[in-house]
Amino acid sequence: MIGSLIARDVRRGFTGAAWLPIAFFLLVATLVPFAVGPDARLLERIGPGALWIAALTAALLPIERLVEPDRADGVLDQLALHGLAEESIAFSKIVAHWLTFAPLLLVAAIPASALLAMDAASLMRAEIALAIGTPGLAALAVAVAAVTAGLPRAGSLTGLLLLPLAVPLLIFGISDALLLEAAVSLLLTAGAPFVAGAAIRASRT
Amino acid sequence: MTELLRFEDVTLRRGGRLLFEDLNLSLRPGEGLQVAGPNGSGKSSLLRLAAGLLRAERGRVARAPLALADEQLALDSEVPLGRALAFWTPGDRLDGALDAIGLKHLAGVPVRFLSSGQAKRASLARVAASGAQLWLLDEPLNALDTDGAGRIAGLIDQHRALGGAVVAASHQSLPGDWRILELGR
Repeated sequence: MIGSLIARDVRRGFTGAAWLPIAFFLLVATLVPFAVGPDARLLERIGPGALWIAALTAALLPIERLVEPDRADGVLDQLALHGLAEESIAFSKIVAHWLTFAPLLLVAAIPASALLAMDAASLMRAEIALAIGTPGLAALAVAVAAVTAGLPRAGSLTGLLLLPLAVPLLIFGISDALLLEAAVSLLLTAGAPFVAGAAIRASRT
Repeated sequence: MTELLRFEDVTLRRGGRLLFEDLNLSLRPGEGLQVAGPNGSGKSSLLRLAAGLLRAERGRVARAPLALADEQLALDSEVPLGRALAFWTPGDRLDGALDAIGLKHLAGVPVRFLSSGQAKRASLARVAASGAQLWLLDEPLNALDTDGAGRIAGLIDQHRALGGAVVAASHQSLPGDWRILELGR
């Protein structure tokens, strides 16, 4: 059932609006040269940070459709009746969200790095840091989606919850402290299913 | 297990409102229980409690493997009905259930194009194909035409004759032989 759920969510992601966060990511990366000017050295210096900020803000876009539609339509209840623990449901959604978000983001980082005048070595470091950080980011997105599912003004709350919690990923990802970044990403990926599972259960009361 | 559902001294409160207190009931194979009562009396909450989706304030609920059809369709709206149902119930049982419920000809139609009556039938097809002994049905005849209501009634009769049990929350009378539990009195 977990495999079917992941396949279903991946399909829904790609037939839905998986391109939207990526378009947003590229748009933010495009805006940076307009904001700071065409100075290539300055752009190269701030490029990795700009890429990360673009990735974090792009990660906010899909949150509202990660959990709430399935909660409202009774899918989460039916999954529970089929014997799937809420934590397993959340883990499946993290995997599916990562699959629909991260690979496209890593590809989009290539043209984005060109816009930011980053050289090949900087791009490679940024790609590795994003590859390590995106599982944690996906886990955080699903946890926030579950906590805010069904709440009024959930859209505003998601940014307030996700962005501060993603700061450690940003700091370690930018500063090339990849082991620390990996530890944070792993911690988020391991902990988020329990937070999301508890939130899904609580939403039924 | 001789009983497919058992409530022992169950109390449920929602939103600070007491829905029922110290409720005892049991359901054996072949039996049908209609939960009746006005809107807001706790019929759907009783079904969700029986399904394990809500927790009782006090008391104990024991249940056999079950399937629930409530107001939420739980089917992907963009995919054809047959494929949407197959997510929940792979295998041959699905074809038989779609046929029995009169939806086989719509298996290739995306779910979002179904009428409310057809959607209700689809959620009941999911239950019928589940293989569960205990069916929990919320307003099973709502939005159904005469043909649909007759098919659902026939499926329920057949399920009970084969040793299954059904709890149906409904504010209207159901055809056949049902024990009645009146809530909200």
